[in-house]
Amino acid sequence: MGSQRTFRLAVAATVTLAVAAASTLIGLGTAGAARRATPRPTGSITVSAASSLTEVFNRLGKDFERKYRGTSVTFNYGASNVLEPQIEQGAPVDAFAAADTTTADKLVAAGHVVGLPVVFARNRLEIAVAKGNPKKIRTLADTVKPGVQLVLCAAAVPCGKFARQAFAKAGVTLLEVPTGQDVKDTLSKVRLGAADAAVVYVTDVKSARGQAVGVAIPTAQNVIASYPIARVKSASNPNTAQAFISYVTSRPGEATLAAFGFVHP
Amino acid sequence: MMRPVSRRRRVARRPPVAACLLAAAAVAFLVLPLIGLAQRAPWSTIWGDLTDSATVDALRLSFECSLGAMALSLVFGVPLAWVLARVDFPGRRLTRALVLVPMVLPPVVGGVALFLAIGPRGLLGQYLHQWFGLTLPFTTLGVIVAETFVAMPFLVITVEGGLRAMDQRYESAATTLGATRWTVFRRVTLPLIAPSLVAGAALSWARALGEFGATITFAGNLAGRTQTMPLAIFLAFENNPETAIALSLVLVVVSVAVLAALRDRWLTV
Repeated sequence: MGSQRTFRLAVAATVTLAVAAASTLIGLGTAGAARRATPRPTGSITVSAASSLTEVFNRLGKDFERKYRGTSVTFNYGASNVLEPQIEQGAPVDAFAAADTTTADKLVAAGHVVGLPVVFARNRLEIAVAKGNPKKIRTLADTVKPGVQLVLCAAAVPCGKFARQAFAKAGVTLLEVPTGQDVKDTLSKVRLGAADAAVVYVTDVKSARGQAVGVAIPTAQNVIASYPIARVKSASNPNTAQAFISYVTSRPGEATLAAFGFVHP
Repeated sequence: MMRPVSRRRRVARRPPVAACLLAAAAVAFLVLPLIGLAQRAPWSTIWGDLTDSATVDALRLSFECSLGAMALSLVFGVPLAWVLARVDFPGRRLTRALVLVPMVLPPVVGGVALFLAIGPRGLLGQYLHQWFGLTLPFTTLGVIVAETFVAMPFLVITVEGGLRAMDQRYESAATTLGATRWTVFRRVTLPLIAPSLVAGAALSWARALGEFGATITFAGNLAGRTQTMPLAIFLAFENNPETAIALSLVLVVVSVAVLAALRDRWLTV
């Protein structure tokens, strides 16, 4: 009886194993088929990206090209509000990475992108001040004190919009403030000594490599920027564009973004 | 021929002090910002910045495109200047005013306007795209087109001024002696307006060389393809404002050298 039971168990185990092995094989087969369905990325793509992404995307582009030999990524960096009309007007762009969701949503609404944009990174606002913080700036309220020259991004670009929202949240009234045309231009005014404080992203302060230092803005007053990426409908190389988007949102992509100070979404 | 006359005049009359003072103030006003830049430039690392392949590409693109824009401005702008100066047609004043539009239009808006006109979905551009497969945005040709848009008015205005100021009796004389219109234009008109032609060409070239807004909007900011020096300088601000200053100084030095050389050769008055 005992041996019979052992035999039955052995049969059951063998059958189970066989079924498992077969299903694994079938599974592998379908996986192989799926891999064949999406061909290996190749050729060149053009990616329009917000200028605050310049450094990290240059790196991501190089890593992507190394991973997929035979691809080449060309970046078109600029202010989101310039990149968006370019795509609307049919510029040969394959993917678009914006510094806020509104420009991307505009393209979605107009039917210029495929599917919904994926948020691949977030970024916090910070007060950038000169090395050593000579004006002793601790809060947003300190930046509007007499004798402190504040500079903000233009209201039309995301960092300018978010900065104004942060001041509103902090209950600090802004008077006439000089502006920079985008986040890097705004920060350069602090780096070159033309202003004492600027409200920019954490990543920008990090990229200033000590020429400017950051003063944190508490979460209750902070505005968190989201960076969406989407494939452009008229992309001439949709397959490679999709592969690039997948790479940006992959583990290695996230690690690179984190190294440049971006926050994981 | 002209030299001895002007020299004698200089000896005969001393220049008024007030004019000299104002002129000196004007020069200081123009030069001081450059000195400010020079003082901020990272001289220790400047050679590395200048020999960087991206800089070399941008400088090459800048020269190719600005010369291309100057050539296009000459080909289309000189006939336009001639028509504006010599042909009396209804709407001439309006046309002359329209020629000035790119000078007053913010260049970024100019870039968007170019998209709406000759972009792949633009008024004319959709046919260029459909019939000839021609897509101008994000190409080097697109840079030349954007630069021509902002630079050509400078040539048209200068050359038109030259045509209006010249003595037309020389043209009449040549015509009475049996010269064809083309011969008169080539042998009489062009030599007479040479100074304004050269000045107009130099102005349009310089404007094209420094062009930023229309170029980045219409042609994009693609390294090696549409990234001219002003666009590279804009991007250098991303990493290191000092590098941007070094690049700006290169652009300034090169263009001043070219313009000074032109002035010695052609614009001696």
